[in-house]
Amino acid sequence: MSQYRLKQGGRIDRNKSVSFVFNGKRYQGCEGDTLASALLANGVHLVSRSFKYHRPRGIMGHGWEDPNAQIQLEKGAFTTPNVFATIQELYNGLEAESQNCWPSVEKDIGAINSMLSRFYVAGFYYKTFKWPRAAWETLYEKVIRRAAGMGKVPELPDPHRYEHMHAYCDLAIVGAGPAGIAAALTAAKSGKRIMLIEDAPELGGSLLGEPGTIDGAPSDQWLASAKAELDAAENVTVLTRTQVAGYYDYNYLVASERVTHHLSPNTPSKAPRERLWKIRAERVVLATGAIERPMVFADNDRPGIMMASSVMAYINHYGVCPGQKIVVFTNNDSAYRAAAAMQDAGASVVVVDVRAEVDEALKAKFEVHCGAGITGVDYSVKNGIRSVDVHAISADGSTIEGPGSTIECDLVAQSAGWQPTVHLHTQARGKLNWDADRLCFVPNGTHVVNPNTSVGAANGTFGLADVMAEGAAAAKSLLAELSVDVEAVVPSAAENHAFGSIRELWIVPTTHPVGEGKKKHFHEYQNDATAADVWLAKREGFESVEHLKRYTNTGRGTDQGKLSNVNGLAIMAGARGLTVPEVGFTTFRPPYTPLTFGAVMGQTNDDTFTPARQTAMHQCHVERGAVFEDVGDWKRPWYFPKHGESMHDAVQRECLAVRQSVGVLDASTLGKIDIKGKDARKFLNMLYTNNWSKLGEGRCRYGLMVNEHGMVFDDGVTTCIGEDHFHMTTTTGGAARVMTWIEEWLQTEWPDWEVYATSVTEQWSVLSINGPKSRELLAELTDIDLSSEAFPFMSMREGNVCGVPARVYRISFTGELTYEVNVPARYGRYVWEQVFKAGEKYDIVPYGTEAMHVLRAEKGFIIAGQDTDGTMTPMDLGMDWIVGKKEDAIGRRSWSRSDTSRAGRKQLVGLLTQDPNVVLPEGTHAVSRVLPAPPMDMIGHVTSSYMSPNCGRSIAMGLIKDGLNRMGQTIDFVLMDGTSVPAKIVKPIFFDEAGERGRD
Amino acid sequence: MFVIECPWCGKRDQSEFITHGEAHIARPTNGHEMTDAEWGDYVFFRDNPKGITRERWIHTHGCARWFNVMRHTVTEEIFATYKPTDPKPELPEGSE
Ligand SMILES: [Zn+2]
Repeated sequence: MSQYRLKQGGRIDRNKSVSFVFNGKRYQGCEGDTLASALLANGVHLVSRSFKYHRPRGIMGHGWEDPNAQIQLEKGAFTTPNVFATIQELYNGLEAESQNCWPSVEKDIGAINSMLSRFYVAGFYYKTFKWPRAAWETLYEKVIRRAAGMGKVPELPDPHRYEHMHAYCDLAIVGAGPAGIAAALTAAKSGKRIMLIEDAPELGGSLLGEPGTIDGAPSDQWLASAKAELDAAENVTVLTRTQVAGYYDYNYLVASERVTHHLSPNTPSKAPRERLWKIRAERVVLATGAIERPMVFADNDRPGIMMASSVMAYINHYGVCPGQKIVVFTNNDSAYRAAAAMQDAGASVVVVDVRAEVDEALKAKFEVHCGAGITGVDYSVKNGIRSVDVHAISADGSTIEGPGSTIECDLVAQSAGWQPTVHLHTQARGKLNWDADRLCFVPNGTHVVNPNTSVGAANGTFGLADVMAEGAAAAKSLLAELSVDVEAVVPSAAENHAFGSIRELWIVPTTHPVGEGKKKHFHEYQNDATAADVWLAKREGFESVEHLKRYTNTGRGTDQGKLSNVNGLAIMAGARGLTVPEVGFTTFRPPYTPLTFGAVMGQTNDDTFTPARQTAMHQCHVERGAVFEDVGDWKRPWYFPKHGESMHDAVQRECLAVRQSVGVLDASTLGKIDIKGKDARKFLNMLYTNNWSKLGEGRCRYGLMVNEHGMVFDDGVTTCIGEDHFHMTTTTGGAARVMTWIEEWLQTEWPDWEVYATSVTEQWSVLSINGPKSRELLAELTDIDLSSEAFPFMSMREGNVCGVPARVYRISFTGELTYEVNVPARYGRYVWEQVFKAGEKYDIVPYGTEAMHVLRAEKGFIIAGQDTDGTMTPMDLGMDWIVGKKEDAIGRRSWSRSDTSRAGRKQLVGLLTQDPNVVLPEGTHAVSRVLPAPPMDMIGHVTSSYMSPNCGRSIAMGLIKDGLNRMGQTIDFVLMDGTSVPAKIVKPIFFDEAGERGRD
Repeated sequence: MFVIECPWCGKRDQSEFITHGEAHIARPTNGHEMTDAEWGDYVFFRDNPKGITRERWIHTHGCARWFNVMRHTVTEEIFATYKPTDPKPELPEGSE
């Protein structure tokens, strides 16, 4: 055992030694240690280098407030950056490294930055690394990366599992210190669903660091019985190692549970590493405690300068006293309790108190320097702290007085008061009041959509008895709001320390003016900002708290400024001659503590990232070697390569086969909506641009949908199935949007119309059989008369296909003779295989979406969303023919708006490159005149472009300004490499212009 | 993340819903008689109050029904949810 490990006390097991490695050196700790307590037990304070100046930094706190002790845990796939050593539980074989220092934390080359500190003042990255632009790539980024390296991202996939859990409760209690436990004990009696959520591995909160006497027994005993009682209550869920990181509207809490995260990565476990809880609570108790505030004094960042309450917690919780000769530096009463704990642990203690007057009872046990402050720290990496300088401080706090003295010590324990942990309260839109007596922000108690109550230290209540009474009372009154009456269970506490007095002194002066000599007064440790930086921000006009935060990076590190925020605001207030509440408070945003990406993603990873929709014929395509593409959530065959064919070769082959014999597309993914009701036809007339009044039974019609702006957003063929009954198809990606659109009009605008719309997309399997041989092929398989007279183009017939009841639509997206065979989805695979068996003699091919695109482009058929972009009217698309003569339809009035009807709008045209072998990349811009370099006057762009085997050349479509009036003109398209390609504007139809093949 | 009370299904998580903006904008039946400015006002212009708004929501991952929500845009307080055919509810006391 080292000299720092106490012989007794604490919650660690001295019989269970735990071996670990820090920065390559092996140490021993005990079971129950955190990495930080084990390091302190070994006399290790120095754990990191600071961000800008690479100053040595040590462990300051014992929880999430610590700004310095953030380490890289483990190696390889498991490695985790920014792990808080003050939180990480020690396990056998743990390996950790300091971040942000090279080649080692002791010998740090970056410390040269310290000598260059005048270049590293606040806002340095905005100023120093501004110009020239080229230097960003060659120099600045590398320098900044090197200097700023806050841990390394793992380079291997995370082998662990994560999950999300949704929960609901009547009362969520955040924080299981004395206030939270008192609330839970009261609430447990209600029978309502209660959750008690604690970040630490065990219940207790401040009682673990500062035990007391509760219900006549040591608090440890009371904690054990409270835990047993809560565990036994069926209506209470107790979560430990679970941090509530976010508080969102309507009492929605997001919490991360370290299920196995705290264990060695080699621990065999089927449990997830972390579990992210999403909790909706009717009411919330915030019992999140308070965080002690550091003093801003000369060289206050040296390793070995710790928070007084943290030193006490290391003694009582971990059996470690991190120093033997301790100077306690304070401005308030609470540090005297910590000082007593240090003395009890065998350390010698001298108190330096900035208050001129200190209560005699407090002073009795110690050597106390009243009205004095620490003005310098003798520190070296090799020897740690050897002494501090102390001077008397003037009554106004601005200067030092007298000759001063030196006190030998190896540790400084400081306290500048307490700030209630109001993060969750303010995330829940709660406001704060400034408590001028205790120098802290406290919740003002009002709320609108997030009914919650802050209790205990989180509410600025510090006496143990008061804290527990407040917790119990809050549970009682919040449950009363839910119409449940419970009796408040108030444990009795022997201790109820008054807050006492505190001196407001935001900067402790030193032997030279602050900011002008060697010694630095840090208020923000992790981002290395000093009081002088705050003054600079003020001088340069960045005096609002939100500007201050960004300019000095106060509170923007992984610790979120838990120690630094209030000091930063108060120093700014002083600089501006205002009070602290007058300068205001920056907004706390989630997360309170860092969340891992693993926890955020949960189980949505790899295959479970997003749902995949597959058609009934999916397996047929897999067996034929299809390469799939994602269309919305659908997996659609993209192309079917044969014998190692390239994509280009496969697509060219598929396109030729469709026009020469027969090809089949799986069109099941098209949106399908069944529309019924006596007003269905009237509704279609409003929904589509063309006229549906006379569409006969068994007839199909193509329609364009526009929004009320008059702009095209979807298209498809709709068929009259029977009187007042229609079958609508939509684009694959637009199906849900169209369904929502239909329902919006029917439910909100025309609720009295009798129209029923039902999505039937997944009820039908659709085989689109295309090509000159399609009639011959289908004739073998169906009882439907396929002759042109009996079954003309743009009509639908019902019958049997392969013995399966079917609706066959004679509609075409390729311009070929086409039959779209719709069968109940469950028969899709059977019919597909039958069609291919029968089609063998015609050299039938399956074709994918890429060939579909080429074939439709050969005919100039648009794809909504590719050839349109939400700003195209039917007229812009050259589709005036589809605009019916009717008084009203959705969007119709907008076509005559001055902008929509003006000349020179972008219009859809065909494009033929001069060189038939050049395929213009989609998205290529057309310019009115090619210049040596951008900017050039852009007049449109390519929307669709392919090599067409049926045309024997490249073809393209594009949106070109005034394109419809520029037929025959040649315009220039500029490629990414700066070269340009001339292309002629033509009508957007490249194959079978008369349209005879499909009608045959 | 709101809790929204669907008039048909009851209280549900906001993730089940989608909003489509301001409610109570009747579609003009005489568009062809309207000036560009009048029609443009219907198509493009919406109130953007700092205060109480009435907006349309749909219970997408639920009953797929549209309804209206009366909500405060600053505090996010929801005062009422009601069916499209219901009358406009009264503003809460003390509001604009
Ligand atoms: Zn609903």
